[in-house]
Amino acid sequence: MDWLDVAAQGILLGGVYGLFALGLSLVFGIMRLVNLAHGDLIVLAAYLVLFTSGMAGLPLGAATLLAVAAMFVLGYLLQRFVLDRVLGDDIMPPLLVTFGLSVIVQNALLLTFGADSRRLQAGAFETASVSLAPTLTVGLAPLTTLLAAVIAIALLQLLFYRTSIGRAFRATADNPEIAQLMGINQRRIYAVAVGISLAVSVVAAVSLGIRANFDPSIGPARLLYAFEAVIIGGLGSLWGTLAGGIVVGIAQTIGARINPEWQILAGHLAFLAVLMIRPRGLFPGAGHDAR
Amino acid sequence: MTTLLRTSALDAFYGDFQALFGVDFEIARGEIVAVIGANGAGKSTLLKSIAGLIANRHDALRWGDDAIGDRPAAEVVRLGIALVPEGRQLFPSLTVEENLLVGAYSGLRSAPWDLRSVYDAFPVLRERRDSRVTVLSGGQQQMVAIGRALMSNPALLLCDEISLGLAPIVVEDIYRMLARIRDGGTAVVVVEQDIMRALKSADRFYCLQEGRIRLSGTSSEADRDTITAAYFGT
Amino acid sequence: MMLDRPQHLSLVADPARALTNPVWRATSETRLSRIARIVGLAAVAGLILLPAIAPRTLLQDLFFVFTILTLAQLWNVLAGWGGLVSVGQQAFVGLGAYVLFAAIGLGSLDPVSSIAIAAVATAVIAALIGPLLFRLEGPYFAIGSWVAAESLRLVCAQFKSLGGGTGMSLQSSAYSSLPGLKSVQNLFGVRPAIARDIVLYWIALAIAVVVMLAIYRFVKSRHGLALAASRDNDRAARSVGVRTDRIRFALWVAVAGMTGAIGALAYLQKARISPDAAFSVTDWTAYVLFVVIIGGVRTIEGPVVGVMILWGLIFYLSQYGSLYLLVLGVIAILVMLFMPMGIWGAASHRWNVQLFPTQRRLFRDASL
Repeated sequence: MDWLDVAAQGILLGGVYGLFALGLSLVFGIMRLVNLAHGDLIVLAAYLVLFTSGMAGLPLGAATLLAVAAMFVLGYLLQRFVLDRVLGDDIMPPLLVTFGLSVIVQNALLLTFGADSRRLQAGAFETASVSLAPTLTVGLAPLTTLLAAVIAIALLQLLFYRTSIGRAFRATADNPEIAQLMGINQRRIYAVAVGISLAVSVVAAVSLGIRANFDPSIGPARLLYAFEAVIIGGLGSLWGTLAGGIVVGIAQTIGARINPEWQILAGHLAFLAVLMIRPRGLFPGAGHDAR
Repeated sequence: MTTLLRTSALDAFYGDFQALFGVDFEIARGEIVAVIGANGAGKSTLLKSIAGLIANRHDALRWGDDAIGDRPAAEVVRLGIALVPEGRQLFPSLTVEENLLVGAYSGLRSAPWDLRSVYDAFPVLRERRDSRVTVLSGGQQQMVAIGRALMSNPALLLCDEISLGLAPIVVEDIYRMLARIRDGGTAVVVVEQDIMRALKSADRFYCLQEGRIRLSGTSSEADRDTITAAYFGT
Repeated sequence: MMLDRPQHLSLVADPARALTNPVWRATSETRLSRIARIVGLAAVAGLILLPAIAPRTLLQDLFFVFTILTLAQLWNVLAGWGGLVSVGQQAFVGLGAYVLFAAIGLGSLDPVSSIAIAAVATAVIAALIGPLLFRLEGPYFAIGSWVAAESLRLVCAQFKSLGGGTGMSLQSSAYSSLPGLKSVQNLFGVRPAIARDIVLYWIALAIAVVVMLAIYRFVKSRHGLALAASRDNDRAARSVGVRTDRIRFALWVAVAGMTGAIGALAYLQKARISPDAAFSVTDWTAYVLFVVIIGGVRTIEGPVVGVMILWGLIFYLSQYGSLYLLVLGVIAILVMLFMPMGIWGAASHRWNVQLFPTQRRLFRDASL
């Protein structure tokens, strides 16, 4: 096994999973909400970009920006009119509502677009590769995805730590009741958070759609990888989520080298192992817990 | 003196449990009013009702001419009512400065209290501006809590048990600060279990017992025996 | 707390007598529940006799209804009463089914023993992975259970002897040792294949009734009360001595075992298995969740209402492809938003109707 190559491919794959997981991590950090429809919403975003670029003829970049705006609005409305009503101490309602949403999105996509596999067209970019070292060549698209993940996290950190609304997010995450005393409207803040989460997911969707085929049913698998990345990385830390994604990516790559059929299982086993040894994750933030 | 806030027959409920029964309370500009009573008497409930954390009848609370009883907390702070909550309740993942800045989130008024004037009032906070609030002493945390409330430039400041757990000398400092805040034009309500402290600093007082006002008056005419009777409900 | 008839609360004149002959007794029975019991018995009797007149398709539909109903009752007691909201129960359905296929296909055992073995094997696996999953709370436990299900699916797909990724079928000879096949054939004058459906139908009906009654007993019992207490406030419950962890673990294992039995039975009827089908989230979790939500969580009558609605939806909408699933999802969300107690829960609350009453009422013993 060429360990350098395994590491490189694993890290690049981890970048994808980290991107998938960002939106999930964000929403849980601020709202304590686990969105079971997260993966399906990523797939929805991919179809949105497919529709506007392929069928309506927009260039990929413009289609992506349009999708970012559309998904932000969708997220805002989703929180404002659906999720807000079920947030509370009981964990069942939000779980069941987002599960129902997952089923709805999957089947709506199925009815609209059919079950065929699709792909986003990005021309030569899809298969271009770049040489990082004499023995190491990596795909340009995966490398760009990893960079996108890093940039997205850096921008989000800037938002959280340098802006007024970022402070409002963190204050609400700490203590929603007292945050109201500061004039922070909880409903609106949550809506913006979900909006941002979905907007970030568009980037994940595009990177997914360029690299691989997608169809309406692949959402739940993405949710599980994203979830594993968040748990392994530790709640409350966006960089931790990326690290968690990389762990899953490397585990899957090693598994695939041993036997291609074992790729996904290897990821799940790595997750279960971390759960056994360090249930709080590798880089747990302050005061946010799955335990 | 113009009345800033008045409550009429204010009831408050936690679910089915009634915590306040027909409370009539008022405060005018330039006053410090104390609310005293034993644990569970309803003092915090009264402040939370005024601050909008507990919903109420529309006309149970009047701010000037406006009925605000059913306004949510985020709106109430924009009107100019700020609460320093019981137990301080600072935001643990924010630094001292960030806690203060969050207090100004509603952003409507920027004078007289801003970051600089709060640091002038509490110089020790300027030194610790980038520290996590969790490493501060009790007294310092209380200063941050008060400063955070001041950052919204309220016309009415509600202080819930701010002397709890603090050394007497620190409490002295804080109450001296409250007097200066009052002199600066902000009315102050202090909830206290320490009767003597409350009467010393306040112009008027109300005594709550099991959710009802048993006694009220000016601090100067307060009589120890009458107060004890009202406090304990004998 | 309601009393059945007006009582005069007078002090007991003789305290010593009160200790030996308690004045108060607690019971859950009401007149309505007694009526419901009689009606229920009649309905079950009717269902038992149904194969005499029903077409094969109806029996197959009812088989589906009984299996989903049982799974729904099991999920309801696990999540609604036990607080373990799992979206990974398909793990146990698939596991039970695969153990059955292994027992019959590889071990040449008879169907009924295989179902029992499937139940036990599933319970054992649940006991092993349970402690790991319990490290996660709330929504994270939910997704963790889903990860466990996916992992088991992938593991089962590795067994080439059981068909690998594409699956395998059961030979009809495997069914020859089903009890009562000959008698049914003679009694109703039907072919072996139909006799097989009838016997499996009866088994599904029996399991549904037994599980429902067992759940009702459990919920009314001391343990059920303990569980409800610990779900409402874990710390308070523990402070009065309720062993929450033990009860919850036992519930988790029992539900998993029964779910495995249902999985085994369901795939015995289908005669064909594949990893994607046996571990399908849609077939084994989505339907179940929707049935419970729409019918009413934490009630025993609720899932019955829910499964009826599911049956109706599938019946009328399945011609439009996966539209019925979409509609199901929309209804479930609307119910969660506007009628969180479910259809039965809301009706029961409004008109104070309970066919399976679980609340205890305090009665003064009129004889004293």
